[in-house]
Amino acid sequence: MATIEDYGDITTAWCPGCGNFNIRQAVKKALVNSGLEPHQVLMVSGIGQAAKMPHYLRCNAFNGLHGRGLPAATGARLANPSLKIICESGDGCNYGEGGNHFLAALRRNIDLTLIVHDNQVYGLTKGQASPTSLEGFVTKAQPEGVWATPFNPLAVAVLHRASLVARGFSGEVEHLAGLIKEALATPGLALVDVFQPCVSFNKVNTFAWYKEHTYLLGAEHDSSDWHAALELTANPGPKFPLGVIYRGSRPGYASHFPVLEQGPLARQGVDQEALRHVMEKFL
Amino acid sequence: MASEALDILIGGEAGQGLVTIGQVLAKALVKAGYHILVTQDYLSRVRGGHNTFRIRTGPNLLVAPREGVDLLVALDQESLDLHAGALRPGAQVIADIGLTCGLAPCLNLPYADLAPARYQNTVALGAAASLLGLEMDLIARELAAFLGKKMTPEVTEKNRAALKAAYDFTATRRTGFKPLPPPVPAGPRLMINGNEALALGALAAGLKFLAFYPMTPATAIALTAIAHAKALGVVCEQAEDEIAAINMALGAAYAGAPAMVCTSGGGFALMCEGVSLAGMSENPLLIALAMRPGPATGLPTRTEQGDLELALFAGHGEFPRAIYAPGTVEDCFSLAALALAQAEKHQGPIFILTDQFLADSYRAVEPFDLGAVQPVRPGLATVADEQGYRRYALTDSGISPRALPGLSRALVVSDSDEHTEDGHLTEDLAVRVAMQDKRLRKLAGLLADRLLPSFQGPEDAELLLVGWGSTLGSLEGAAAQLSAQGRRVGVCHFSQVWPLAGEDFLERFARAGQVVMVEGNATGQLAALIRRETGYAVGRLVLRYDGLPITPEYILRQLAD
Repeated sequence: MATIEDYGDITTAWCPGCGNFNIRQAVKKALVNSGLEPHQVLMVSGIGQAAKMPHYLRCNAFNGLHGRGLPAATGARLANPSLKIICESGDGCNYGEGGNHFLAALRRNIDLTLIVHDNQVYGLTKGQASPTSLEGFVTKAQPEGVWATPFNPLAVAVLHRASLVARGFSGEVEHLAGLIKEALATPGLALVDVFQPCVSFNKVNTFAWYKEHTYLLGAEHDSSDWHAALELTANPGPKFPLGVIYRGSRPGYASHFPVLEQGPLARQGVDQEALRHVMEKFL
Repeated sequence: MASEALDILIGGEAGQGLVTIGQVLAKALVKAGYHILVTQDYLSRVRGGHNTFRIRTGPNLLVAPREGVDLLVALDQESLDLHAGALRPGAQVIADIGLTCGLAPCLNLPYADLAPARYQNTVALGAAASLLGLEMDLIARELAAFLGKKMTPEVTEKNRAALKAAYDFTATRRTGFKPLPPPVPAGPRLMINGNEALALGALAAGLKFLAFYPMTPATAIALTAIAHAKALGVVCEQAEDEIAAINMALGAAYAGAPAMVCTSGGGFALMCEGVSLAGMSENPLLIALAMRPGPATGLPTRTEQGDLELALFAGHGEFPRAIYAPGTVEDCFSLAALALAQAEKHQGPIFILTDQFLADSYRAVEPFDLGAVQPVRPGLATVADEQGYRRYALTDSGISPRALPGLSRALVVSDSDEHTEDGHLTEDLAVRVAMQDKRLRKLAGLLADRLLPSFQGPEDAELLLVGWGSTLGSLEGAAAQLSAQGRRVGVCHFSQVWPLAGEDFLERFARAGQVVMVEGNATGQLAALIRRETGYAVGRLVLRYDGLPITPEYILRQLAD
């Protein structure tokens, strides 16, 4: 059995007090609690402070391009069904630069755990608005405040009936670890959007703000009720629910590829007889 | 007689079924034992507009398209008006009695009497098959085989009746048209185009993952792989855009699946950041780039060799790559297989550049020697030191042993940031230099594995025609015509355009009286590349960028100017 220590204790370049530390802790706990060993796990990310996560855990890692974590993770998932894949990046990476890939991942319901660090601001580039910044949020790039309405990832995910739609908060580590553990066990796409304060560049959505503006979903919420989940996410605020908002029943995308039942593509070779038949179709 | 080959031109509007009868006729010719070379010229629309399907056919191997027409199958008046001027002596036109043929020798068939209007194209097919001397049974069988895939038995039967009515009607008419000479006995051949052969080559070499976004003229590469994906255990995915396609392929390649993307100009432009990621992360990737005229959307369905420089310089930063440029449909097969293997060996982006002409050009080719293709074996079979494994270990060759994630206990870390040997990001500038040197060392390996340019003709040619990619046959055709006039003409063809080594060709260039570079672009991109790499300035350029393929006649006209 793997332990927390197996996933390393690596020095980071994150700001002191960053929500990323707690998210990393929750990821480690979820992996250990899921009985996964580092070599069974692949972390894929894009670019951003959140996207450095694969460098701060001991496991397989593919740190790709800004916005492109999801397609790379999708490709890896469809090449090796035995890897447990977490795609982890920020709100800018997944909802902005990679927005088309987010929509496509939801439509496919690709078998991944997608953890989005949602701090409602661009940290790595020092404080511009992100797709989830609230209207009126003032930055040096948006000096009169953000005019665009914030992207609503959870409502969009529910709308597309993704396998799991959840929201966590970096201030609730145990709760978040539980969400990630469930995500890891879910076939299909499991989205865990995680509120986190950016201590350097977001002076509005602070730890205290999130504490004040979130609540833990109670047992009265039926996560299999699509309409209820849509209602819960479509008109957000003033308080945002934390927990599993929706559990869908669409098949995971990988299930459409029978070849994956035979294991990793890397070890499948070429069926010479089948190949000859294919060529003969051109005769 | 210069040639026993005939040029058949089928012209009409999109939606009239000219590609159907073109393909059926081409297939029947191949089945009968003839060679073919198809040139497709179509507009970027689903209905209407003037399109042509041109089949050059004869008993012997055909290397290049020609401009004249011996049999014009006109499905509309525009086809007559546009192509009557290209008719050779002894040529024949097939047209409905409602069309005006002017002075052209014309077989006017009463289409309406022979079959209902919707079978007009089948009537034309029956008449053409009859004039060419193909057997009724053969053409009927090929038509049924083609239609049987998508039509009801009833519709297939009505087509057969229309075919037979036209075939028999034509057999009763006298024309001056000389049917094809008998074929040279040979074994069965494949009817296959550049796109299909490229896909088949990659599949034979062990392709396991393909991602694409549809784009003319590259789409059929993906469609060929998809058609056989289940049988061959290949994952094919239509991505949401080209950016996703290349990043998916890199994710799959990292996980060990031999992977490719296929695209054309604008789609490839979107992939460029991903090309750079392939270079930095050192993941194997085959990129099939079927060129069409740009800039921007350009001429979507026409041909050009305008993206050599784009492929050569695609992606920010500096990293090694190789670029293949098949000259024939057979090359499309063998170079795709080679390119997939080279991508695995050198762990980075490898290109195969074709163009619309070659991509869509059906040929009759000998069945490929599948046994000669060694399938790619991705990654390390076993990892000696799992605990100490470093994905980017510094080596003399620059190639680091590649473990695959999840297939051992070794942790495989692949990174787009500058990284340490174990794959983690670093801003240690000495490591940066060591890593950049390591990656660039791989160019020496690619150079050692390069394909040499091929030379034909006398070593001391007075005229050396040089080209790359799909123009090979037209270089050969032009050289043959000039040689027949007593001139000493040679051909030099590059089926790999990067990396280049001057020692492979400069001596021969120096011995030639005149070196002429023939390229399907407006600026002479290979000529410019050779000059940049070797200082050698090609004396004369023959360029074509009107969207049509380079023909021997085009080269001869330009040389005569």
